[in-house]
Amino acid sequence: MRAMRSRLRRGAVACAPELAMAAFLAVFPYAIPDLGGSLDTANRILDWGLFGIGFDLLFGFTGLLSFGQAAFFGAGGFVASYLLVTPITDNALLALLAGAMAAGAIGLVIGYLCLRRTGIYFAMLTLAFGEMFYFLDISPLAHWTGGENGLAGVPAPHLGFGVFALDVGSAFGLYWFIAALFFLGFWFAVRVAGSPFGAVLRAIRDNSARVGALGHDVPKYRLTIFVIAAAYAGLAGGLLGLLQGYMPPDAFYLDTSGQLVVQTVIGGAGTLVGPLIGATIWLELYTVLQNISGVGALWKMILGIVFVVLVTTFRYGISGGALLLWRRFFAARPRARPTEVPFAMPHSALESSPSVSRPLPNGPVILATRNLTKRYNGLTAVQDVSFELHEGEVRAVIGPNGAGKSTFFNMLANVLQPTSGTIEFRGENITGLGATVVCQRGIAKSFQINQIFPTLTVRENLRIPVLARSYGKFQLSLFGSAARDAAVNARIADAAAAVQLADRLDTPAAELAYGDKRRLEIGLALATAPQVLLLDEPTAGMSPAERADTVRLLKRIAAGMTIVIVEHDMDVVFGLADCITVLFNGRKIAEGAPQQIQADPDVRAAYLGEAVHEPA
Amino acid sequence: MSWPLFFSQVFNGLTLGALLVLVAMGLTIIFGALGVVNFAHGALYAVGAYAGLVAYERTSSFLAAMAAGAGFLLILGVVIERGLIRLYYRRPHEDQILVTFGLGIILVEAIRAMFGGLARDIPAPSWAAGIVNLHVTLYPTYRIDVLAIVATALVLLYFILYRTRIGLIVRAGIEDQLMVNILGINVTRTFLTVFGLGAMAAGFAGVINAPIVTVTPDMGGDILVQSFVVIVIGGVGSFWGAVVGGLIAGELLSLAAMIAPAYSEVVLFAAMAVVLILRPQGLFGVEGRQ
Repeated sequence: MRAMRSRLRRGAVACAPELAMAAFLAVFPYAIPDLGGSLDTANRILDWGLFGIGFDLLFGFTGLLSFGQAAFFGAGGFVASYLLVTPITDNALLALLAGAMAAGAIGLVIGYLCLRRTGIYFAMLTLAFGEMFYFLDISPLAHWTGGENGLAGVPAPHLGFGVFALDVGSAFGLYWFIAALFFLGFWFAVRVAGSPFGAVLRAIRDNSARVGALGHDVPKYRLTIFVIAAAYAGLAGGLLGLLQGYMPPDAFYLDTSGQLVVQTVIGGAGTLVGPLIGATIWLELYTVLQNISGVGALWKMILGIVFVVLVTTFRYGISGGALLLWRRFFAARPRARPTEVPFAMPHSALESSPSVSRPLPNGPVILATRNLTKRYNGLTAVQDVSFELHEGEVRAVIGPNGAGKSTFFNMLANVLQPTSGTIEFRGENITGLGATVVCQRGIAKSFQINQIFPTLTVRENLRIPVLARSYGKFQLSLFGSAARDAAVNARIADAAAAVQLADRLDTPAAELAYGDKRRLEIGLALATAPQVLLLDEPTAGMSPAERADTVRLLKRIAAGMTIVIVEHDMDVVFGLADCITVLFNGRKIAEGAPQQIQADPDVRAAYLGEAVHEPA
Repeated sequence: MSWPLFFSQVFNGLTLGALLVLVAMGLTIIFGALGVVNFAHGALYAVGAYAGLVAYERTSSFLAAMAAGAGFLLILGVVIERGLIRLYYRRPHEDQILVTFGLGIILVEAIRAMFGGLARDIPAPSWAAGIVNLHVTLYPTYRIDVLAIVATALVLLYFILYRTRIGLIVRAGIEDQLMVNILGINVTRTFLTVFGLGAMAAGFAGVINAPIVTVTPDMGGDILVQSFVVIVIGGVGSFWGAVVGGLIAGELLSLAAMIAPAYSEVVLFAAMAVVLILRPQGLFGVEGRQ
């Protein structure tokens, strides 16, 4: 009995957003007259809210700011309206579905083109392609779309077939119809947000390059969410035609895309309810201000000012702000943690672990380069470097500043493409495969400058490489819960323990101390369960105490793994490496056991200049 | 299709292209130096046209209108940079796009509130009235003059960008923004100048295009989209990219309007798609630049 009750409670908590939304939808039509709006206003708000949910998945979750959503809104709307007006079908659901699918298909093509560039280009391209659809609508396709006149006479929704047919003609009937579809859209988006797929999207927003380097196919994730957002827009467009009984060409206007962006940002991006709140503000302000003389004409300017002020001062929008407040008051307490814990105390157990004495590397060659060269115009950063790495070995790559260590390293991880030469992994040529594929094969790199996901917690950070290892470079798991995957959670716990962050799992990465961030950086690479781990200056910027701590940590990691490490700190290098490769001016000048390297005159000359040639 | 019509469309393409070059040039130097994509650029163009309109209605002089459009936008650009854009240099591109987009809304709505939504016009100046016989076609004098005016403005901009210290910093910024900052160059004044110049180019273009199109609060929308296409085709941050991209866009729009009127705008976007597939960084763009 108690078990059942607690399971019920847990279920209710898991479904809290849906329950709250259902309650809101049930009350909304009765409350809207008091807010100065009508049932029609409520319908429009829900329609824009639905349109915005898709956009929020794209912008708020994935960080892709599209100014072209009008194209899909219009396309879905005209396809659905055309089917109902002709009438090819009298089933509204069928028409809406066709509209959403058409919009998704167009989204696939436009997304493929726009996603060839990201950042500023993406915003410009979506805006431009969005405009293209307006011109397509009013002229070449005017025969079907009615051009500037739009499509009039869209019939009231008619659902079902035969005896199950149902007309949703009354104002309330239409509201419940739209509310049901909105709820479905919201439910789906909440599922996506909590799925492994959604976890990867949020990481892409924070740092897309790192998500790729951890073995996820970022372009495919982006394109998928672009298509999903387009389908949402298409569905909302179809509903616009139904609720107005008329499909207007202004659905394709640039202003439509702009209104969506403004509403979502005002309401709060990345929250799924933000767009609904924004739509309420926009349409309410419009309705209410219209009736005040002298102000009515200024409503859009007032909104523009509110928008600019919000973006400038409070980027999270209204729902984002509410969420922040909520967290501050309710969620902060359990996370509070004594800060005066002496450093390295939680890991005192480590001290007793036996120091690993390593045999000289003699396993099979796991990673090799042949005449690897990288040129930047006139400058040769790395020239003809060949090296072989044996399984189980810890290899250090050292050299003075500008020796080409980082370039060489980035080529090993396929982050940079060599000008000539090849890289082989277990005898297979992996040159030019790209960082994502190479990571999937089993080579992971931790970066010199932290490349973590600042807004995600440590747990969510580590989930990204674990998902890449567990499910490959792309998985369309929109419904599964990311948080409840036991195998994934176990791997996250292992990785966190390995880098001594087990007690920080729920801390946002941005709030970590520098040393913790550095260990998380290593943990991200480690959590891909690599066969070769590339560490680029793992102790860069650390204090001596943290450094000693990290060396112990690395020693423990090294016990079962093949590692290549670039490091400036010679204590770290000589404390860890079985074998050392020395680069100077882009060339390999020495290679061998640490003692051998210490005694090498060429190495001394490289580091110290001419002085070593004089008799000591 | 007659030859005179064909040539007149070729010249129309040149005129339109020249205007697009001017507007896109403003966008591209602002992005190059400041790293900000100015989504309010179309609105600045419209404000320029209205500033010209006010000056023209007071003085009946087109020269005064041109001076007012350019001068007012230079001041407005400086005010906007100091008051708003300055706060955004360290913020993500998305925020910069959002705030300039919002600024565009405010400017357009301010125009609507002050001048109403009806179309107005500035007539072509008396010194450019009439028609010139170009032998291959008869062509309005004003449009020929527009070509000359834009060419002069571009030569001036080229001089500023390639022969002055500020221009050197702008071009260095296009190559490597971080490096310019590291070198300790005082970028504040450069940013201010560049944003002012970019806004001025847009405003000036608004005035000289006014006699060809009509003046409405929303006149900047299409121009903004088209100048995006121009810099995607030409490559962001490139002077010659903006010039070549603008002329290609102008000619495509104008020739397609003659051959397949229904598709004239669509052809432009198709060209952009082709460039994106074959050469994503644009014709004159630098590879690797985000």
